[in-house]
Amino acid sequence: MPFRLERRAEPATAMVALSPLIAVALTIVTMAALFAALGKDPLAALQVYFIVPLTDTYSLQEIAVKASPLVMIAVGLSLCYRANVWNIGAEGQLLIGAMAGSWLAVATHGTNTGPWLLPAMLLLGAAAGALYALIPALCKIRFGASEILISLMLVYVAEFALDYLVRGPWRDPAGFNFPTTAEFDAAATMPLLIAGSRLHAGVILGVLLVIGAAVLLGRTLKGFEIRVVGAAPRAAQFAGFDADRLTLTTFAISGALAGLAGIIEVAGPIGHLQPGISPGYGFTAIIVAFLGRLDPLAILAAGLFLALTFIGGEQAQIALKIPQDMAKVIQGVLLFYVLACDSLILYRVRRTAAHRKAA
Amino acid sequence: MHKAMMAAALMLAAGCAGATSAAAQDKPAKLKIGFVYIGSVGDFGWTYQHDQARKAIVKEFGDKVETTFLENVSEGPDAERSIEQLARAGNKLIFTTSFGYMDSTIKVAKKYPDVKFEHVTGYKREPNVATYSGRFYEGRTIQGTIAAKMSKKGVIGYIGSVPVPEVISGINASLLAAQKINPAIKIKIVWVNSWFNPGKEADAAKALLDQGADVIMQNTDSAAAMQIANERGALAFAQDSDMIKFGPKAQLTGTISNWTPYYLARVRAVLDGSWASADTWAGLKDKMILMAPYTNMPEDVKKLAADTEAGITDGSIKPFACPIVDQEGKEVECKGGDHLDDSQVLGMNFYVKGIDDKIPGK
Repeated sequence: MPFRLERRAEPATAMVALSPLIAVALTIVTMAALFAALGKDPLAALQVYFIVPLTDTYSLQEIAVKASPLVMIAVGLSLCYRANVWNIGAEGQLLIGAMAGSWLAVATHGTNTGPWLLPAMLLLGAAAGALYALIPALCKIRFGASEILISLMLVYVAEFALDYLVRGPWRDPAGFNFPTTAEFDAAATMPLLIAGSRLHAGVILGVLLVIGAAVLLGRTLKGFEIRVVGAAPRAAQFAGFDADRLTLTTFAISGALAGLAGIIEVAGPIGHLQPGISPGYGFTAIIVAFLGRLDPLAILAAGLFLALTFIGGEQAQIALKIPQDMAKVIQGVLLFYVLACDSLILYRVRRTAAHRKAA
Repeated sequence: MHKAMMAAALMLAAGCAGATSAAAQDKPAKLKIGFVYIGSVGDFGWTYQHDQARKAIVKEFGDKVETTFLENVSEGPDAERSIEQLARAGNKLIFTTSFGYMDSTIKVAKKYPDVKFEHVTGYKREPNVATYSGRFYEGRTIQGTIAAKMSKKGVIGYIGSVPVPEVISGINASLLAAQKINPAIKIKIVWVNSWFNPGKEADAAKALLDQGADVIMQNTDSAAAMQIANERGALAFAQDSDMIKFGPKAQLTGTISNWTPYYLARVRAVLDGSWASADTWAGLKDKMILMAPYTNMPEDVKKLAADTEAGITDGSIKPFACPIVDQEGKEVECKGGDHLDDSQVLGMNFYVKGIDDKIPGK
């Protein structure tokens, strides 16, 4: 290897804080180059991507709707990642939560239930997500299994379970065998904040959860424990913090939030259970968590920014015929720059002596 | 830095607003037509065929229309937003080209009563939502006939996508036609639970060939199975579009969905004001489905295939001619006189006798 990374003694504080902004700026420059390569006016394209969606209320609402599950899941994941345990299976926990909550909606379909139905669905969704996330956590502390692999593989298990339910027992009897449940009753759907839009109460819940997580991390002993266990496991041991219990706690919280996000999506924008309820929210949320540097408030901003790339990408497809894959390229480029900036701020690149001789 | 960015943003926004309003005043009103695609336009299957029809619209109507498409739109929470974005962008006719867009299409249609929607394969309609689909089972009758003639081992491998009536009726039509040639023919089915998943489709094709099938039929969209069949010296049928490039030695024929005549007619109807919501289900006769050239088969099989095609087109051959016996050996009620009627095919949820399998989830 001609180059190696060397840890900087003292990374510049200003740079550490600015890192995500630098990453965003570099992403925008890269995009402009890509747009130009596609033969589009880069300024016009950037404007459609990042400015136009912010100028009308419809797009702003849609950004909030899109960001809500991403932020909710990412906040939960950030607690795990801070504690240095790796829940990669939020997508599966989301699906399990969606299924558990939908069970109530399907079971009570067509009956006149009270206002308890929706809160019960949300609670059930969160509880199921938490329990599902505890499987990899328990395997890790009991058998030393890799929580990364197990949580990831459980995503596929959840997908098949969902497939089974909507193709089999929960299939809409009037639906010609198509794999979907009947549309949920009004009592089983999220109330809308603005009639005629898709802005639902889950968005507010998402903001409240961000505040809750910020308080938990910054102001409570548990939050301190999470940070210490993650940053200095030996010090945490001496302080008497139980790393195993913390693994269980953070996995349960992140699972609960993913499950909640799942049932909110189903009871909100979708309105029924079907395969493909999530376009990979559980995985995109990992980008959001890191873009937000595992800080709840920054995650809120990161989630909104990523949602903006989705909405803007769609509008660019309509207005400028820019291929949809561009939005995915942007998200990939963004994650690349975030990781690169962080690495280069914490480390410096050195040419190795051996290489110098050879040259 | 912040202020400078804001200022730049405002300038850009103002510039763009000026440009669009000027453009709107200069040109006569074009009919804007939107398309929502489940896959990418380069899938060489389902979405590719819809995009071919879009291109035909552009060619036919030129300046009178402007088309826009959104590709890879998932059937989850994003579908409704994508459709609504097209409606908000001024599209007055919107084609939503996957079954899973049904509820989203209906929801957006209720919000935009002056926009007309065309939803493929769905069963929910509104005064401004029409539905359309192809009689794909007609193509299966021809495929089943050819398969029975060409299979040396008497085993057809079938890659199923999603067990909805359209797919079930395709399997049944294939076997019914094949049994006429070879009463002992077997059909093996692998479900991939997806419409487009090249990896899984390839695995399914390999598994079917390993289990003794030597002719592959598929109800999935990619050319993966065709490529596997070509590599392993087996035969296969193309799906949705001609896949001969992927299987020059393997492709027998294929059912091609040809949306162009319908799309042109619907655009014309909007332009002359005669558009109305309807349910269109058309087949070989109306050229909504076409057969790819008959290749890799002897002349007598070619002739038999062409005769079958002609028979279905003129109505003398009925793919679901009675009597039809289901898996349990019970004769199916014959609602259409001498054949099953459309409602029975549209809601088909049983296998015919001779299929050694169970419909998933049943």
